[in-house]
Amino acid sequence: MYTQALDSSGAEPRSPASAGDAERERRFQERIDRDEKIEPKDWMPEAYRQTLIRQIAQHAHSEIVGMLPEGNWITRAPTLRRKVVLIAKVQDEGGHGMYLYSAAETLGVSRGELIEQLLAGRAKYSSIFNYPTLTWADIGAIGWLVDGAAIMNQIPLCRCSYGPYARAMVRICKEESFHQRQGYEIMLTLARGTGAQREMAQDALNRWWWPSLMMFGPSDTESVHTAQSMRWKIKRFSNDELRQRFIDVTVPQAQFLDLSLPDPALRWDEAAQHFITGPIDWSEFQTVLKGHGPCNRERLGARRAAHEAGRWVREAAAAYADKHRDRAGGGAERYAQAI
Amino acid sequence: MNEDWALYEVFIRARSGLEHKHVGSLHAADARMALEHARDTYTRRQEGVSIWVVRSSEIIASDPEEAEALFEPARDKVYRHPTFYSIPDDVKNI
Amino acid sequence: MSAAAESALPAAGEDHPRYVLRLADTSLVLGQRLCEWVGHAPALEEDLALGNIALDLIGQARLLLAHAGRIEGRGREEDQLAFLRDAPEFYNVALAEQPNGDFGATIVRQALLDAWQLELYHSLTASADERLAEIAAKALKECRYHWRFSCGWLVRLGDGTAESHARAQEALEALWRFTEELITPDALDVRMASLGIAPPLAVVRARWEARIAAALKEATLRQPSSHHYPWHGKSGVHTEHLGHLLGQMQHLQRTYPGVTW
Repeated sequence: MYTQALDSSGAEPRSPASAGDAERERRFQERIDRDEKIEPKDWMPEAYRQTLIRQIAQHAHSEIVGMLPEGNWITRAPTLRRKVVLIAKVQDEGGHGMYLYSAAETLGVSRGELIEQLLAGRAKYSSIFNYPTLTWADIGAIGWLVDGAAIMNQIPLCRCSYGPYARAMVRICKEESFHQRQGYEIMLTLARGTGAQREMAQDALNRWWWPSLMMFGPSDTESVHTAQSMRWKIKRFSNDELRQRFIDVTVPQAQFLDLSLPDPALRWDEAAQHFITGPIDWSEFQTVLKGHGPCNRERLGARRAAHEAGRWVREAAAAYADKHRDRAGGGAERYAQAI
Repeated sequence: MNEDWALYEVFIRARSGLEHKHVGSLHAADARMALEHARDTYTRRQEGVSIWVVRSSEIIASDPEEAEALFEPARDKVYRHPTFYSIPDDVKNI
Repeated sequence: MSAAAESALPAAGEDHPRYVLRLADTSLVLGQRLCEWVGHAPALEEDLALGNIALDLIGQARLLLAHAGRIEGRGREEDQLAFLRDAPEFYNVALAEQPNGDFGATIVRQALLDAWQLELYHSLTASADERLAEIAAKALKECRYHWRFSCGWLVRLGDGTAESHARAQEALEALWRFTEELITPDALDVRMASLGIAPPLAVVRARWEARIAAALKEATLRQPSSHHYPWHGKSGVHTEHLGHLLGQMQHLQRTYPGVTW
């Protein structure tokens, strides 16, 4: 569900190594400029490959870690309808993680390696998931704001120059169309509910608003990779452009809920035809990104625990497959067919 | 001990009458598991009525470097297409 | 169900909704347990698989709760039945409420119950309660897939590594004692069978035993000896675990009574 422009650090794209590479790179750029898609076995500059691996992996990790804060409320969802919707949504995120890891794998890196990087703390994921879900209203706020921000980010990625990533994003965007609506529906129900429910909704909005704005990544003046990513059509719009678009559509939605946004400086600029927010506290963003947010430890801890606890299961399945490789499908196949 | 599962490619027939189409990939320890994972991952929204899975390592693909040699020669064989031939409008049923 | 069909049912009084609640609660409680796995499964693909099974089970529970509420005639809807009854008023079999344990224990619990639900729903498609027969027909398709999944994993774990075999066997030893309740009729089961609403459990028993024996053999697991405490989850006498499960599941409805979510 959620990419954020995380590429604020990391190696600068290298210059071509040889004259031959320079010629290939020129032809590569021409293909991109003609809006041709790049496919897995096509020649590509190493820096393009590395940039994509990093971005797709971060995106995939975000989906997987993103299952945790919402998963926190599945067992406590207040009605059976809300429960099944939430399971389906969190499950979608797992599926999206899978699609994205698969896209990354076409670039010559294995899912196992990428997950190792995540668990070792060497990979990034969207910092929004290091915030806690304290009440049921947080499930509404995440669907509305976090998925809303993600959609802004993701729709342009459907036209990304790398074929497998673009195709994964098309599928993801299609599946996600219900996520934001279910979130807003929860907020609407709470906002129109009892005093306690309204308070719950307002409190969630207060806590999720600023982190949602930070999801778009650092301001354009700080973002190192934007220009190159745009030339390669990995990225189509800058962080600030997407953030502004999100603010402009979201503020009226908050007004409809009759909830207030936690920003006394927020105003409508008639000349610019935009809502203008107060300054974003980037020091908080950096703190969370560096691992010191409220739930960084818990999130990675939960992923590590699941990975460790699942090792004997993965080994057992691999061992069983080795033993029964001579029998097509394995012995268990016959039982299923006997039903 | 080995805990890595093989990569499989997934092909789905959306409804009878259509061909199977590549939709993505997944990891599984064996063929049966690959089918189940494909079902659980790629048909959650009634996307299909039939699934094929095949180990990715079994797929033999053409090399993009050879694309010109493989596909360009077909470009000037326009006579393979019906529009290449001019037949007077008065001639029917052809 | 039409009013005509409703009145055509054999007079079963309180028994009838209580029997439907047994089915509903077993699916609900088992589904709730599987929810605990979401985000924590051994592989991403298994996370999706367990989530799908949980969705099926809770879906079954919703249909069955709605049906129970209707025949009970006291105006209780699915959420009131799910969230406002305390443990003694839950009638699921005790096996369903047992904690997840490791993936092996979850798979063993799932396989034992999938095989049972599969046979039970198969028989219930011929129930004199037409609506129940309809629900059973829908659930049966889901149960077939659940069994395919859990039986496949049971075999992989049993016949996988030494560690996985030991873990699966241990889980089987721990959970086997809850299986007698599935296949031993109590007075309510007998009364419902005599009205044609439920099947005779002896039929389910034979088919369940055969199915499980074959799967255990394939999985190279040993069937534990039968030493059973007579559990009565389906009469509302549960293990300690159910109260905690409900405490978590019902907390919002209990804390904020009567509001809309």
